[in-house]
Amino acid sequence: MSDNIIQVENLVKKFGELVAVDHVSFNVVQGEIFGFLGPNGAGKTTTINILCTLARPTAGRATLNGFDVVRQQNQVRQSIGLVFQDPSLDDHLTGLHNLRFHAMVYNVPVSVREQRIKHLLEMVELWDKRNKFVNTYSGGMKRRLELARGLLHYPKVLFLDEPTLGLDPQTRNHIWEYVLELRKREGTTVFMTTHYMDEAEKADRIAIVDYGKLVAMDTPGELKHSIGKDIISLKTEDDEKAAEEITRRYQTEVRNDKDHLTFSIANGEEFLPVFIKEFGIKILSISLRRPTLEDVFLKLTGREIREEGEAGDTIKAHIREHSRHMRR
Amino acid sequence: MLSAILFPIMFLFIFGSGLRGSIGMMGGGIDFVQFMYPGIMGMSVLMGSFMSGVSIVWDREFGFLKEVLVAPISRISVALGRTLGAATVATIQGIIILVLAPVIGVSISVWTVLALLPLMFLLAASMGSMGILLASRIKSTEAFQAIMQMLMFPMIFLSGVFFPMQDLPTWMSVIVKINPATYGIAAIREVVLGSSADSPFNIILFGHIMTIWDNIAVLAVFGFIMIILAMWSFGRQE
Repeated sequence: MSDNIIQVENLVKKFGELVAVDHVSFNVVQGEIFGFLGPNGAGKTTTINILCTLARPTAGRATLNGFDVVRQQNQVRQSIGLVFQDPSLDDHLTGLHNLRFHAMVYNVPVSVREQRIKHLLEMVELWDKRNKFVNTYSGGMKRRLELARGLLHYPKVLFLDEPTLGLDPQTRNHIWEYVLELRKREGTTVFMTTHYMDEAEKADRIAIVDYGKLVAMDTPGELKHSIGKDIISLKTEDDEKAAEEITRRYQTEVRNDKDHLTFSIANGEEFLPVFIKEFGIKILSISLRRPTLEDVFLKLTGREIREEGEAGDTIKAHIREHSRHMRR
Repeated sequence: MLSAILFPIMFLFIFGSGLRGSIGMMGGGIDFVQFMYPGIMGMSVLMGSFMSGVSIVWDREFGFLKEVLVAPISRISVALGRTLGAATVATIQGIIILVLAPVIGVSISVWTVLALLPLMFLLAASMGSMGILLASRIKSTEAFQAIMQMLMFPMIFLSGVFFPMQDLPTWMSVIVKINPATYGIAAIREVVLGSSADSPFNIILFGHIMTIWDNIAVLAVFGFIMIILAMWSFGRQE
């Protein structure tokens, strides 16, 4: 099984009574982009922390690049690059010095060091700012610098923990360009967690986790296909009555989200004209779409991924950023 | 960091000027300010070395510690590096207090300075390891500072910086003798003011008069235990 760069077997992590990771097993193939999808507290970050030796598993086993994450920590650490959710840069150093420090502790040969740093800083468009202190960087610049840093020692696996959380769309696109280019050129394996569905679509395979358990794992296409039906959303004059009627007539479950109804149905394109013609209650608006990963997530976990994610996280990140400034 | 120098100097001048007259000579031809002076040096080293832990807790809060913890370098060398770095800074802070010697009326020779350097470094490394031991388990800067202060001030006040060992109430004498900082302060005082078997400032432990080497040995054993614990604890943290 030499092309499995990450192998995880029955991984368990408990914090006291709380089971954060509950008998999780999966493999990641060399060179693939592997996405970890799940709400906050599902055990995504804990799993990443175990894989990058920041946390010890309670039970089970994990190897990365052939090295055991408990017994061969230094070899594992040398094999990985990380971009964390929260900045992990030294604010009191310049961008350039942050990279030099990293190159030193990761044994990047001095002969290639400066050239590599220059190349990476140009790639993330920070070469001009290299002599500025990191505490003058914006959030997007910091994340880009971290990405450059994570790639400096040519890791086998790049971990991206919510790599674009709280960044503007332009920076998000940029970061993805770098990552995709890197994979093409170096064959780097990418292991990421994300809340953004369009980002998850970029993964070759996705694992959906909820309450510490792996609930599904497949390609984005297959996962969407597993729903098998199209999604129809509509607004009517009387949503409650309409919901009852749809359930009665078409034997399908209707979700009432206060301002609109959604239900899934096979062959939506043919269904829609018939439905509009024969439905008794006045329809105000209606739309048909193919299932998205969001729908897959909703079906598997009964929750919307964004409900607890994004907004809360962004606020938290802001507060953290703010207190950082206050204290320094 | 500045406070680790200014604070002790403030103590030296305020307590010194206030109490010098009423206390008079302390024995051995030494007045209160001269007595306190080596203690203040030690205090400066103590305060400086305690702060080493703060930098770790800060790095944790600001995220940079993660970069260090996932780097392919052993945690032991990280902990050791932190300790030695902090000890160096703290020693320099102690040395800065030496500049005041002429004002206090204590004569300092080159040999005194050379003897003080390793001694202060030992004291700083021991206390710095203790700081790192605590820092490896405490997650927030606020909690760390609270605990440090609860630990640091009793350790300084009950270490013989401000008063000699004799004629203390028994409970206080016991605490002072348990306090490892006491032995560091005593050794510094012996180097600066000279030592003799009949000096009024000697520590008497179980009827034995502690020589300067005894004091250094106690400090070294404490420091060794602390540094082992610090490396172990720092290595195991998640």
